[in-house]
Amino acid sequence: MPYNPALVAPMREEMTRMGARELTTATDVDAALGDQRGTMLLFVNSVCGCAAGNARPALRLALQHGVKPQQILTVFAGQDTEATSRARQYFSEYQPSSPSMALLRDGEVVHFVHRHQIEGRSPQAIAADLTAAFDRHFGAAV
Amino acid sequence: MTGHVFHPGHQALHGVTVVLETHGGRTYVGRFDSQDERGVHLHDVGVHDAATATTPQQEFLRRCDRFGIPLQHRDLLVPTGEVARVQKLVDAVR
Repeated sequence: MPYNPALVAPMREEMTRMGARELTTATDVDAALGDQRGTMLLFVNSVCGCAAGNARPALRLALQHGVKPQQILTVFAGQDTEATSRARQYFSEYQPSSPSMALLRDGEVVHFVHRHQIEGRSPQAIAADLTAAFDRHFGAAV
Repeated sequence: MTGHVFHPGHQALHGVTVVLETHGGRTYVGRFDSQDERGVHLHDVGVHDAATATTPQQEFLRRCDRFGIPLQHRDLLVPTGEVARVQKLVDAVR
């Protein structure tokens, strides 16, 4: 059952403040991910205060890096269930977890950050891994 | 279990994805909830059984690390007597 929207509003705002575009319906997801060109990061948001509470600041830090994805998109697991389910169909090779992050280039997943790679780590450590992935996969495209 | 507590007020591994190896050759990968006198409680668990698996345990763990955990049990209790070792997935594949 989704949490009270008022409780998750700050978690949504934390994403949109860093420039992420929220996808709240399957139609939104198809419009953004179908026939996608360029580079993109899709953040699967979560109410988990400890894992997502570090993942969101980590992404904000990583986006200060010179090389970064052209688009930042987000769906909210457990809240926008239709959009999240649809988004996961675009990277169905990967088991669902939240929070998580998919890095895509021309519609192909080139890197995936699972929840277990976020748990118990500082935002700085997660951001360092993200920026390394940005350099590796997006360096030539931006 | 000592050190940094991921979820304050809980045991140190609460909420962390762990690898639990048993004395009987089974390996469970899932999110640690708690440990009590009955055993270890896990959520969203994938299983590797050395007796029936077609891939080695380390390959199973590497796939869990790269592609996520294939869900076989939403909730699972592994009895205390079966537990041989519990470690974080990220440490198990390092």
